[in-house]
Amino acid sequence: MQKQTSGSVSQVQSLGPIPSLPNYQTDGFFDELVDKNNVARPDAEELVSLFNRFPPQELSRRQHAIEQALFRMGITFTVYSDNSGTEKIMPFDVVPRIVSAILWKHIDAGLRQRIRALNRFLCDVYNERAIIQEGIIPAELVDTAPAYLKECQGLKPFNDVWCHITGTDLVRDNTGTVYVLEDNLRCPSGVSYVLQNRHVMKRNFPQVFGASRVRPVTDYSSRLFQLLRDVAPPHVSDPTIVVLTPGVFNSAYYEHSFLAQRMGVQLVEGRDLVVEGDYVYMKTTRGLQRVDVIYRRVDDTFLDPKTFRKDSVLGVKGLMDVYRAGNVCLANAPGTGIADDKVIYAFVPDMIKYYLDEEPILPNVPTYVCQKEEDREYVLSHMDELVIKAAGESGGYGILIGPHAKPKEREEFAQKIKEDPRNWIAQPTLELSRAPTVIDDHLEGRHVDLRPYILCSRPDDVWVLPGGLTRVALRKGSLVVNSSQGGGSKDTWVVAEQGQAIASVHGDDTDPVDRKPEPDDR
Amino acid sequence: MLSRVAESIYWMSRQAERAENLARFIEVTLHMTLDQPEYLVDPWKPLVQVTGDNEWFKAKYGTATCQNVVQFLAFDREYHSSMLTCLRASRENARSVREALSTEAFEELNDFYHFVRDSSPAQLTDPTAEFFEQVRDHALMWTGVLDNTMPHNTAWHFLNVGRLLERADKTSRILDVKYFNLLPRVEDVGTAVDDLQWSTLLLAISGFEAYRREHQLMDIEKIVAFFLFHRTFPRSIYSCVAGVDRSLREIESESDSELPGQARQRIAALRHRLENTNVKEVIAGGMHQFVDRLQIELNAVGDSLGQDYFYATQSA
Repeated sequence: MQKQTSGSVSQVQSLGPIPSLPNYQTDGFFDELVDKNNVARPDAEELVSLFNRFPPQELSRRQHAIEQALFRMGITFTVYSDNSGTEKIMPFDVVPRIVSAILWKHIDAGLRQRIRALNRFLCDVYNERAIIQEGIIPAELVDTAPAYLKECQGLKPFNDVWCHITGTDLVRDNTGTVYVLEDNLRCPSGVSYVLQNRHVMKRNFPQVFGASRVRPVTDYSSRLFQLLRDVAPPHVSDPTIVVLTPGVFNSAYYEHSFLAQRMGVQLVEGRDLVVEGDYVYMKTTRGLQRVDVIYRRVDDTFLDPKTFRKDSVLGVKGLMDVYRAGNVCLANAPGTGIADDKVIYAFVPDMIKYYLDEEPILPNVPTYVCQKEEDREYVLSHMDELVIKAAGESGGYGILIGPHAKPKEREEFAQKIKEDPRNWIAQPTLELSRAPTVIDDHLEGRHVDLRPYILCSRPDDVWVLPGGLTRVALRKGSLVVNSSQGGGSKDTWVVAEQGQAIASVHGDDTDPVDRKPEPDDR
Repeated sequence: MLSRVAESIYWMSRQAERAENLARFIEVTLHMTLDQPEYLVDPWKPLVQVTGDNEWFKAKYGTATCQNVVQFLAFDREYHSSMLTCLRASRENARSVREALSTEAFEELNDFYHFVRDSSPAQLTDPTAEFFEQVRDHALMWTGVLDNTMPHNTAWHFLNVGRLLERADKTSRILDVKYFNLLPRVEDVGTAVDDLQWSTLLLAISGFEAYRREHQLMDIEKIVAFFLFHRTFPRSIYSCVAGVDRSLREIESESDSELPGQARQRIAALRHRLENTNVKEVIAGGMHQFVDRLQIELNAVGDSLGQDYFYATQSA
C-alpha cells in the first residue's frame, strides 16, 4: 500500500522543469539525447537530470573509473608501434545513447525482415539463382564479387540458414530517419563490448539505470549458445560446440575468448582441430573428441586450405568436406560475404520485395553502383558531394569522403573508378546524428552509428539483441566511427515498453528475486 | 581438455611461480644486507648462480651488485627468465586460455603483471624489500584466487603440476647455491655461520617459523632435511613432488588410458626415492650432486608431460 502512495507522489514531483544540458551545443545536428533546444528527449530525462546534479569533474571521474575497470579486465589491445608493450583499452565514452521503445520496435522489425530476405538470397544465389534469372540482380555483379565462393555452390545449410549471426550497421540522418549502412554477415565483431560496456555502466550508474527502464543484454551469450545447439547436424542430440579463432594475435581475440567463456565451450584454433574420416575432431588430453558445431571467427577463405587458400594455417584441412557431408555446422556458413558486398547491398530492398513480397521497413542509404553507366557518370560529376567506397574493403579503408577530400584525392578516386567500376559505390554524405560525449571535462556532440546484433536459427526464428554497439567518432567533425580509425564506443540503452522485462541493477546474471536471505536476516 | 590449453595452463602457472621465487630471493637478500652491514660473504653473486645463467649475466653486467642483480632478475626484458619476462609470458599464456580460467584469475594475473611493470622504473633506481614483499603478496593472492575460483578438475591439476614442479626446482636451487656460499665446508658448522644466515635460507621459502616451531635450534642437517623431506610444508621438495604425483594421478584417472603415462611413472619413482633417502646420506654423498640429479629428474617429468598430454596425436 505504501508503495502506491509514494509512487504517485514521486510522479507529481517529477513534473518539474524538463532538464536540459547546460552549455551543450547541438550545432544544428540531430542529437540522440536532446532536442534542438537542448532539452532532454523523453527517455533521456533521468540521465540528463543526473548529469545536471553532478558536481564539476564528476563525469570525468566516472569516465576515468570505467577506463580503469576495463583495463583491469584486460580488455585491451597492444600498441604494436611501441615495443615496450604498451596496452590500451578501446576508447569508451561514459554517456550512454538512449533508444526509445517505439524507435526500437521499428528497428527490430526492419532488421528481422532484412535477415529473412538475406538468407533467402543466399540460398538462392548458391543454388537456383532465380533472382538472377528474373533479371533483378545482374549475374555479372554476383559472379565478379570477390566474396562469391564458387566452392559453395549447391550447398544446403541446415534449416536453410546461411547467416546465423549478423551485425548490421545503422545510421540516422538529420531528420532522425534510420538507414541501413551495411550488413555484416561474415564474422561481425563488437558484441563483447556491448556486454562489457553494460557491465561497467551498471556499476557506475545504478540509479539512473533502473529509472530509465533499460532492456537487458546479458542473455546474448545464452541465446547464442541456444542458437548454436539448434543448428547442429540433425542426427546429433547433444552437440559439441566450439568457437574457432585465428588466435591470440587477431584483433577480435578478446571477443572470441569472451564468447567461448560465457557459453562455456572450448575456444579452438585451427591447429587444435583435425579431420579424420567424415568428421572433425579436436585434440584433447584424452585423445580426439568430435566437434559438431563451429562458430567460426576465421574468414571464409582461410577455413580450409584444401578447398580455399592453400597457404592458410588458420584453418582445418578437409573441413569443407565434412561440412558438405552434413557432419558439422559452420556458423556463419562460408560464402555469406556475397550478401554484404557493397554493390549487392544496393539490391537488398529489391530482395525484400522479391522474396518476401513486402516493402522494406528500414531504407538503404541511396547507393550509386558505378558498374551502371548512368550511376557512374553521376558519381564522377558529383564527387564533392558523395562518399565513395570500395566494394571489397571494410573497416573504414578505401573510403573517400567527397566534401572533406582534397581535389587531388578526388582525382585519384575518379581514376580508380574508371579502371574498375565494379569495385566502387557512392552514397550521398549523410549528416550523421550525434550524441553528447565526454571531451576533457565537458560534453561535446560527436557522430555515432549503431550496430545491433541479430541471431537467426531458422527462417522464422530471428531475434535482435535489444541494444547494440554504438560507435562514436571521437575526432571533432569526423564521420568515421571504426575503431581502426580512432573511434570509440558507448553503451546503448534500449528503453523497455510497458510490461517488458528490464535489466537487474544488482548484478550481471543473477536474478535478485532468487536470492535467499542470509541466516542473519531471518 | 584441449592439449594446447593444458600446455598453456601448465606454463602460465609455472612462469608465475618462477616470478614469485625470484622475488623471494631478492627480498630476503635485501633484508639480509640491511641486518648485516659488512657482509661475511657477497650476497648478490649467489643469486645469479641460482639461475644457472651466470655466463649471460657476466657478459652483460660484469660484477654482481645490488642494482644490476635486481635489474637482471626482476626487470631485464632481454633475459628470458626475469621476473617481468616470466610474468609477461605467464599473462600471455593466460590470455590464450582465458576462457578456461575464472575471470578473477585472469584479472589477478593482469594486475600482478601491471604492478611489476609499472614499478620497474622506481625499483631500478632504489630497490626495496617492501616492493618484493608486495610481489610475493600478489603471488599469494594469485594462487589463492586460482585455488578458490576454479574447480579442481583437469585444468587445475595441470596448473598445479606446473606450479609444483617449478617450486621444487627453485627450492632445490636456493638450497644448493646458498648452502655452498654460506657454508663452504661442513666443518664450519657452528663457527662463522650464525643464525642470521640460516634464517635467511629458511625465510626464502617462508619456512622460518615452521622450522622454529619444530626444532628451535639452527642445525644444518635439520635445515637440509626441512628443505628436502618435510612431509607437509608446502614449499619442501618432497611436498611438491608428492603434490605433482597426486595431480598426475587425478589427470590420469580422468583420461581413458590404461597404462600410466611416462610423467606419472617418473614422478612416482622420484617420490619413492625421496621417501627412502635420509639427510645424512645426502650430505655424505655431496649435496650438490644430489640437487643436480634432482633437477634433471624434475626436468624429465616436464618433458614427459609433453609426450603424454600436450602433443595429442592419438586417433579416435
